[in-house]
Amino acid sequence: MSAFFAAARERLPKGQDFKGRDLIVLVVIWALLVSVPFWLPFLGGYTALASKVLVFGLAAMGLNILLGFTGVLSFGHAAYFGLGAYGAGLTLRYLVHSTPLAMLAGTLFGGLAGTLFGLLIVRRRGVYFAMCTIAFGQLWYYLAYSWNDFTGGFDGLRDFHREPIGIGRFTFDITQGEIRFYFFLLAIFAAAVAVMGLLLRSPFGRTLVAIRENERRARFLGIPVERHIWLSFSISCFIAALAGTLYALLNNFADPLTLHYSLSGYFVVMTVTGGMRTFWGPLVGAALFVLLQDYISSMTVNWMFFIGVMFILVVLFFPRGLLGMRRAAARNASAPK
Amino acid sequence: MAQVILYNVTNGLIIGTFYVLMALGLSLILNLSNVINFAHGNFLALGGYLAFTLAPALGYWGALLVSPLLTALIGIAIERLMIRRIYGRDPVYSLLFTFGLAFVMQDAARYIWGPNGLPLGLPDLLSQPITPDLFFITWYRVFMMTIVILTVIGLFTFLRRSRVGLRIRAGTLDLETVAILGVNVRHLRTFNFGLGCLLAGLSGVLAAGQIGLNPNMGDDLLMPSFIAIIVGGVGSLIGTLFGGLLIGMAAALTTVFYPAASEAVIYAILMAVLLLRPRGLLGEEGMFS
Repeated sequence: MSAFFAAARERLPKGQDFKGRDLIVLVVIWALLVSVPFWLPFLGGYTALASKVLVFGLAAMGLNILLGFTGVLSFGHAAYFGLGAYGAGLTLRYLVHSTPLAMLAGTLFGGLAGTLFGLLIVRRRGVYFAMCTIAFGQLWYYLAYSWNDFTGGFDGLRDFHREPIGIGRFTFDITQGEIRFYFFLLAIFAAAVAVMGLLLRSPFGRTLVAIRENERRARFLGIPVERHIWLSFSISCFIAALAGTLYALLNNFADPLTLHYSLSGYFVVMTVTGGMRTFWGPLVGAALFVLLQDYISSMTVNWMFFIGVMFILVVLFFPRGLLGMRRAAARNASAPK
Repeated sequence: MAQVILYNVTNGLIIGTFYVLMALGLSLILNLSNVINFAHGNFLALGGYLAFTLAPALGYWGALLVSPLLTALIGIAIERLMIRRIYGRDPVYSLLFTFGLAFVMQDAARYIWGPNGLPLGLPDLLSQPITPDLFFITWYRVFMMTIVILTVIGLFTFLRRSRVGLRIRAGTLDLETVAILGVNVRHLRTFNFGLGCLLAGLSGVLAAGQIGLNPNMGDDLLMPSFIAIIVGGVGSLIGTLFGGLLIGMAAALTTVFYPAASEAVIYAILMAVLLLRPRGLLGEEGMFS
């Protein structure tokens, strides 16, 4: 097994693992993320929009572990996002007034639901896998939709709000001030992204890429493919659920539409638009999607038409995504002629 | 009580037949082209709306005949111009494509025909109840059932007896070999896509007579159709047929005893099948796994 990992590493030319170019991208992305609340209002945006980008970006990056780095298509990640949101909302409303506990509960709720469901479908592949994830995702939508007394039904879950976080004698009040809450989100986002980055650079992450590139060969090398896909699915569900809890805290509201398969489609389109084989692509795609949707829906009621056209154009003309194109160009430039 | 049960059983049959027509079309396209057609519900709506537009000129019967064909033609045009380009690529692209197409078609229908519900007028003959006692069984329901049964029989006969049908079935099993044997797979897929859209268009016209028209009338049918395919077994059209009837009846019978769970029971069946028989009731071992 270790020989295989060594081989997987060796296939990359030396130094391609982490280059100066990547460092620049990293610095630019973090500089933008940290400074965005201060310049976005001047461009006509508002801080909540940037917060939404962070939350959706995190969910899409979680999905990308499965979609881009393992090569397995889930079209039902809204379910785990939504379960995270409802888990956090229900905890705050019925159990305890504590933001960290609500986040923990929501993440566990969504993540464990995904982990258990993953066991059922891990042997399916391709469109069949996708279909199972869609259908299972809608189960939760109907549940939230019809269990009126408990979840608020179609109107969504209200009557809860995020609570100040107390650490020892200090309290960090995230209830007031959009910018302050944005930085709270950014801290969580940074931690989750660091975990994902380390995971994808670990032998485990390399193995996922090996499965994506050639499942049969990976199997011959003795890699337990099903277990890896299951773990990848599970991890991406946990990340999506974490993002969902943040979404509930952001809006002080859990919407049944966060469970709907349309949102799953949005996550996938964010990932593909940004570039599904790149680490940061989904965040870029989320920024583009959220800004476009906000802009178009303020201009016309027929925003669905334009979003749909965007999907079609991305599929037909930009299948690599924005960052994917950059990478392809770089590779072509450095390829031996 | 007997009447209540009978009422719900007929409802179940009718809903089940719509699931079947939708799911058969979806299944045809899925089997041969490996594309999940998210826009299938919108092709259904398109069929209904075309019938609404054509009915004043052609009458109900003319519209019933022409609008599914027109739906199929529009489907074929979309397949030839766009979907054809994404065959053979990662399935994520075809899913995103049809997902976007569904958005475009739904908003286009809303723009053209308006957001509010429209009725599709029926001939007087069809809107009468059969007997005053069973007021809920109109001739229209009998007519719908007959059309659906004839269509399903026709479809299966076509697939079993005709040369094109044989090729479609063979392509489901091994498209590459079919291509090597000299069949024009591109035309086959286009035709097959049109056939799927024809079924959707027909169910649209039939559904419009029962529940009226609105831009998202197909949405509620889409998810049960997916489940019907998974329950019946991906790759098996007979399985899809049984899957559709099964979940239609199950939902209707649950409505009699515990209405709130009528949607949930569909998902319970899905989970049970995934747990106990992952390939689906009539699915072949090894397909898509």
